[in-house]
Amino acid sequence: MEYCPLVKNILLLDSEGGRIAVKYYSDDWPTNNAKEAFEKSIFTKTHKINARTEAEITMLDSNVVLYKFVQDLHFFVTGGDSENELILSTVLQGFFDAVGILLRGNLNKREALENLDLILLCLDEIIDGGIILETDANVIAGKVASHSVDSAAPLSEQTISQALATAREHFTRSLLSG
Amino acid sequence: MAQYMKKDDDRDEDEYSPFLGIEKGAVLQEARVFNDSQLDSRRCSQVITKLLYLLNQGETFTKVEATEVFFSVTKLFQSKDVGLRRMVYLIIKELSPSSDEVIMVTSSLMKDMNSKTDVYRANAIRVLCRITDATLLTQIERYLKQAVVDKNPVVASAALVSGIHILQTNPDIVKRWSNEVQEAVQSRAALVQFHALALLHQIRQNDRLAVSKLVTSLTRGSVRSPLAQCLLIRYTSQVIRESSMNNQNGERLFYDYLEGCLRHKSEMVILETARAITELNGVTSRELTPAITVLQLFLSSSKPVLRFAAVRTLNKVAMTHPMAVTNCNIDMESLISDQNRSIATLAITTLLKTGNESGVDRLMKQITNFMSDIADEFKIVVVDAIRSLCLKFPLKYRSLMNFLSNILREEGGFEYKKAIVDSIVILIRDIPDAKEIGLLHLCEFIEDCEFTYLSTQILHFLGVEGPKTADPSKYIRYIYNRVILENATVRASAVSTLAKFGAVVDSLKPRVFVLLRRCLYDNDDEVRDRATLYLNTLGGDGSVVETDKDVKDFLFGSLDIPLVNLETSLKNYEPTEEPFDINSVERNPAGNRPTALGVPAAAPVSTVDAYEDLLSSIPEFSTFGNLFKSSAPVELTEVETEYAVNVVKHIFDKHVVFQFNCTNTIPEQLLENVVVVVDASEAEEFAEVATKPLISLPYDAPGQTFVAFEKPEGVPAVGRFSNVLKFLVKEVDPSTGEVEEDGVEDEYQLEDSEIVAADYMLKVGVSNFRNAWESLGPEFERVDEYGLGPRESLSEAVNAVISLLGMQPCEGTEVVAANSRSHSCLLSGVYIGNVKVLVRLSFGVDSSNEVAMKLAVRSEDESVSDAIHDIVAN
Repeated sequence: MEYCPLVKNILLLDSEGGRIAVKYYSDDWPTNNAKEAFEKSIFTKTHKINARTEAEITMLDSNVVLYKFVQDLHFFVTGGDSENELILSTVLQGFFDAVGILLRGNLNKREALENLDLILLCLDEIIDGGIILETDANVIAGKVASHSVDSAAPLSEQTISQALATAREHFTRSLLSG
Repeated sequence: MAQYMKKDDDRDEDEYSPFLGIEKGAVLQEARVFNDSQLDSRRCSQVITKLLYLLNQGETFTKVEATEVFFSVTKLFQSKDVGLRRMVYLIIKELSPSSDEVIMVTSSLMKDMNSKTDVYRANAIRVLCRITDATLLTQIERYLKQAVVDKNPVVASAALVSGIHILQTNPDIVKRWSNEVQEAVQSRAALVQFHALALLHQIRQNDRLAVSKLVTSLTRGSVRSPLAQCLLIRYTSQVIRESSMNNQNGERLFYDYLEGCLRHKSEMVILETARAITELNGVTSRELTPAITVLQLFLSSSKPVLRFAAVRTLNKVAMTHPMAVTNCNIDMESLISDQNRSIATLAITTLLKTGNESGVDRLMKQITNFMSDIADEFKIVVVDAIRSLCLKFPLKYRSLMNFLSNILREEGGFEYKKAIVDSIVILIRDIPDAKEIGLLHLCEFIEDCEFTYLSTQILHFLGVEGPKTADPSKYIRYIYNRVILENATVRASAVSTLAKFGAVVDSLKPRVFVLLRRCLYDNDDEVRDRATLYLNTLGGDGSVVETDKDVKDFLFGSLDIPLVNLETSLKNYEPTEEPFDINSVERNPAGNRPTALGVPAAAPVSTVDAYEDLLSSIPEFSTFGNLFKSSAPVELTEVETEYAVNVVKHIFDKHVVFQFNCTNTIPEQLLENVVVVVDASEAEEFAEVATKPLISLPYDAPGQTFVAFEKPEGVPAVGRFSNVLKFLVKEVDPSTGEVEEDGVEDEYQLEDSEIVAADYMLKVGVSNFRNAWESLGPEFERVDEYGLGPRESLSEAVNAVISLLGMQPCEGTEVVAANSRSHSCLLSGVYIGNVKVLVRLSFGVDSSNEVAMKLAVRSEDESVSDAIHDIVAN
């Protein structure tokens, strides 16, 4: 029996069901075809549902799938049949909010693809091999963004750190108003 | 899907993607910038992102391509740019380099592992542990051990999580970190505590005592992180499961702790706890109550996830403790219209399990409105729930059967239709009153059924059940319509069904003959062959079969040889003058029992039938007469022992046969001459008459050995038997399967088996207890009162009496309402000698949990009524 909560996959799909960024941590889907088939069926099953204010939940092939949508971005987190739904929900919320912070509140597919590096790093900071690393959106986003803020780097990090500041502000405001 | 996206981009030019028209070859070319002497970090990051994008879209790199990318990536360690380094870590993990490649980056990563930058340390640990092998691990072990107790929580978590992964492949290394991990459990950082606890438990999970100690100490202290608390609750359940200890007050160990967790501020922990409580072994209603209460609150949450979690848990509880969930029925009913269909379905099926008889009609109405807009998979769940509801409230069969037939007419896929048909078939079989109406529903269904499989199943079932009804002629039209309208498979099936009607119902015979003759001109040869065969068999000119009984045996009897064996024999048969003899086919009594003519049986063969076949095929037991009852298998060994043995008790009028099902779980052994030596010295009325040893018991291939006893006829003799498994062990080389010549005699002590009064009672339900009770009359009624002494709960006492008598509880009366002080229970059964028995039990419980019981028995035989009282009195 598995005691540690495990996440089987995290998916970020677009409004057509296409991949933006996906990460699988389980052997349930050994090939890319199997993965695409899973994405297709979960997308078909959920795309008509209004999961924009609260995260929604469903069962698929004895997995629990939680999902939340915003504009043309569809976020999914999958766990095993007997997994605590609220743990998975915390992961989904962490992912969702962290992406929101990193994209400075501009949650849409174009922005997500333009900042794909941040999204991939974000996934990497949330889950390690199925085990939850971090669920606090601010911490996750902070860890992802901190990489770009290095004095030694002659980058255009200026813009990014500025943007990050605005995003943080935006997020805090939305927290306060919510 | 990648292509799909590209196409989409072409169509919609407004939609811009930075990866538009991206192509692997070009990106691999671009990756050459990694080799530049003056690194452009930003450009490099972009190229890595492109590579990751390709991998993420399912693109694969050839071995050569991957190696080339990997080598150029290693050059990027020269750059001091943190962002780029982070992307380097990411792509190294994605490329999963081979061990000879890993060496290239080891030193760079080890340098990062000891860097002053926390981000480097944490990530280098994760990357290194992901790609490294055992030899390298021993080199870096020292650093990992330090990292576990690093001041920076991100670094500590990285080391701990990597530890959890490494434990799967190199447990010895991680086990040496126990002290550090234990220290990390006390960390103030929430996630470090969570990761440390997870790792510590995995290190110790095979040591029950250590886990128990861990739980004892942590449940006293304060675990801060909700995730860690969830883990602790899981471990606590494990400890509770593995120990049957109770504390001095007779309460379950750690239950207080769990109950306290129900008041935790995090919903995650509350849910985990509530679920843990509902899953406790033998959970009592009192223990359940607080958990049900919090789940009930969740039902009206605004968050779908919470409602789902609650209703899913309550749904499971309703399977075992329906009464405990009834309090939530009002909240549950409002969920029927929930936007989230998974929640609605779970709510409905829960209500179907907990509802009472009077609410059925209202519930059915609500469900009918809801059925049209849910997916097939949910519908199947609902159909299953309706079936069990119908079996629980047989009087309601009319409305439930109507519901099933209505949904059968609506659109739906094969699995869904099959679930409905199976349900109707089961209801027909179990509720005699429902037979006619059910058969007609099925007939209507096959008039317009697109699934050949279902049509043939129904036709077969109709052939068995239809002729026994009051007016068999009304089915003929439906069956013959199949011959006219359907494909060859269904037509052939319909011909067989017609023949069955002709064989059983004499008045229909001439008409069936007319119809069968028409089938002789069918354009399919199977249909023609069958028609010819049946016309000759039923024609009764003696040329094919001699007697009427033979005809029925042929039509209804089972083909008691496995189809596989028949197939092999037919393949081996050389066409000669000598006709093929079906008796030459090897009979394997343990095989499945396909029904005559290769048409699969409409419903699975019941276990009793299977046992009956098995026993009658053994010559020693063939004279014992009809099998009265076969018990459920009783385990005689602990789980996970070398040999697993369970016993099934077969009760005959004058005999009892013990069937020992043995499994050998050691690949290196072959057992021969396996017998169970049964000592009946404590069972005076039994005398051993026959033993049938098991010749050979190879690894993982279950086999049976039998011991038969004689007992006085019709007497419900009871006794206890001690059992020893005896056998000859031969060594086997598992790699080659070679068996050594010489074996050693050995024996193995099994648990005792018992013949109890309940073994002489068949669980047979009645659909209307009151009618049955009235019709048996008060002639042989025996009433008496008994004190049962102090019991754990009323429901426990009720269940104890039910299992003592081994009778079928009727009308759901086996369920005791929570907190009630009295209860009535109705039981029915058939006692050995085929005597119908009905029992009314009235229970009362006083403040000190003393339970008193009034037992009223009615049966067809005075001595049986007395015998029931004797069972309880003893």
